[in-house]
Amino acid sequence: MAKIVTDVVCPFCGTLCDDLEVALSDDGEEILEVYNACAIGAAKFLHSQAKDRLTRPRMKQEDGSWKEVTYDEAADYTANLLVDAKKPLMYGWSSTNCTAQSTGSEIGEEVGACMDNTATVCHGSTLIAVQDVGVPSATLGEIANRADRVVFWGCNPAHAHPRHMSRYSIYPRGFFTGKGSKSRKMIVVDPRNTDTAKMADVHVQLEQGRDYELLSAIRVAIRGEKLPDVVAGIPKEQIYEIADTLKSGRFTAIFFGMGVTHSLGKNHNIDIAIMVTRDLNDYTKAAIVAMRGHYNVTGSGQVWGWEFGFPFCLDLTRGFARYNPGDSSSNDLLIRDEVDAVFVLGSDPGAHFPVGSVKKIAKLPSVCIDPHITPTSAVSKLHVPVAFVGVEVGGCAYRMDNVPIETRKVVEPPEGMLTDDEFLQLVLTRVRELKGAA
Amino acid sequence: MAAIQINLISGRTIQQGVSMENGKEKLAYRDACGILELDDVDFKRLGCFKNTNVRVSSEFGTVVVKAIGATQGPHPGLGWIPMGPWANALVDPNTYSTGMPTFKGTPVTVDAAEEEIVLDAIALITEECL
Repeated sequence: MAKIVTDVVCPFCGTLCDDLEVALSDDGEEILEVYNACAIGAAKFLHSQAKDRLTRPRMKQEDGSWKEVTYDEAADYTANLLVDAKKPLMYGWSSTNCTAQSTGSEIGEEVGACMDNTATVCHGSTLIAVQDVGVPSATLGEIANRADRVVFWGCNPAHAHPRHMSRYSIYPRGFFTGKGSKSRKMIVVDPRNTDTAKMADVHVQLEQGRDYELLSAIRVAIRGEKLPDVVAGIPKEQIYEIADTLKSGRFTAIFFGMGVTHSLGKNHNIDIAIMVTRDLNDYTKAAIVAMRGHYNVTGSGQVWGWEFGFPFCLDLTRGFARYNPGDSSSNDLLIRDEVDAVFVLGSDPGAHFPVGSVKKIAKLPSVCIDPHITPTSAVSKLHVPVAFVGVEVGGCAYRMDNVPIETRKVVEPPEGMLTDDEFLQLVLTRVRELKGAA
Repeated sequence: MAAIQINLISGRTIQQGVSMENGKEKLAYRDACGILELDDVDFKRLGCFKNTNVRVSSEFGTVVVKAIGATQGPHPGLGWIPMGPWANALVDPNTYSTGMPTFKGTPVTVDAAEEEIVLDAIALITEECL
């Protein structure tokens, strides 16, 4: 009879589903099955059991081969790398818990690092826009109970947040949305006919990269002013219809993703999406929520927000926090050769940064702290595998709507493996020894 | 067979997510992400069959991927490579002072490369960077 662990939190995407059930072997050591999770979440839990998983740090040798080292040796190498660098980049921080993020901040302060999280290639544009114009937002619980107009703009939850629609935005029967999806009008704005778009009442297939123009046109239509015949490939009649649909609801929720944050216009695309939301509040209640990717990228922004006042792109090199995206952001620092060491934890810039930036990482002293073998670990000098947060160690994570949820430990990590925080504590202690001796 | 110009975007697919969590060093990750989804119209312009390896080139790099039919189309003139090192081999790292590279909307040229192979993630990044 398998042992079932209930109310498990999924450490994959920002939806942070908290209703998973995990079946364990009788001795509680092996994960047999994962219930309620999407395919990606289930894969994450099951992959933690992979027989070929790395369980000890390894250092790259001159001939390109790897040599196993101890965690103490790895911590010593990492601490020396950070202390010796004039301006190290400490990047990632999104696939770990808030405790490890906070320990990382202490190291960053000690060594005067530039610190950045995955928002820099994800919703960084959103963070800048929110600082510029504010944000009328809501929790996913409010949206499940109230929203009768739901817009997905430049995002594809059917693939990227697979349980978002069933748990929060489209299908749940809420207090004021008792008929579930029949209570809601769903609009998808995307240049592709995505699997999310196929489920929508209305698919607006705009020209790629014309989000700003279309959002601007919707503002015009909301006011009942005149429009050109076609904007962003969309006829004006459809734009007026969209505006009427959004105004006529009791509660409009707008979700948006990389389609707007990654396209030209960037933070200005979000500025105007927020302004559309604000305009709609003259007629009804409206809220806007970013579809955050990593399960705790939001937490990283929260932790740095309360510690330093800024959610990403931190420059601590002068002993106090400065913030200037475009200057203190990872890709700009790398491309301009402004950093001389790279530390990565809980992210994979090797796979998800433009290759021009990855080439720079490959030339620098570098350490990658990640349970998986990744393109980042492949170009790093030291790879430190650690326990999976949310599977082998708990800790706080923040959902995409800024709600903190405590993740659960389900199984023990392989014998002798450290967690992110335990390894960072070793590094912090060593850094302080080195700085004290200097 | 002719080279064609298209506009390239990228993003998550569920196959990309699952294969990523199962190990980026595995061939399943290459098979999920080392692809270019093209519209039927663009296959005709390119003059090759579906499931042919193609070379995709931008101002910022070149990569070989397998061209497959659009799974979430139609989207003529628009190409799709799932997020990962294959898509990012082509992306403009310039952030225009926003901190955000321009991941979406990269003008690229596509031409058939039947003799070329699609590298796995580790081989690709190693070849490009080391």
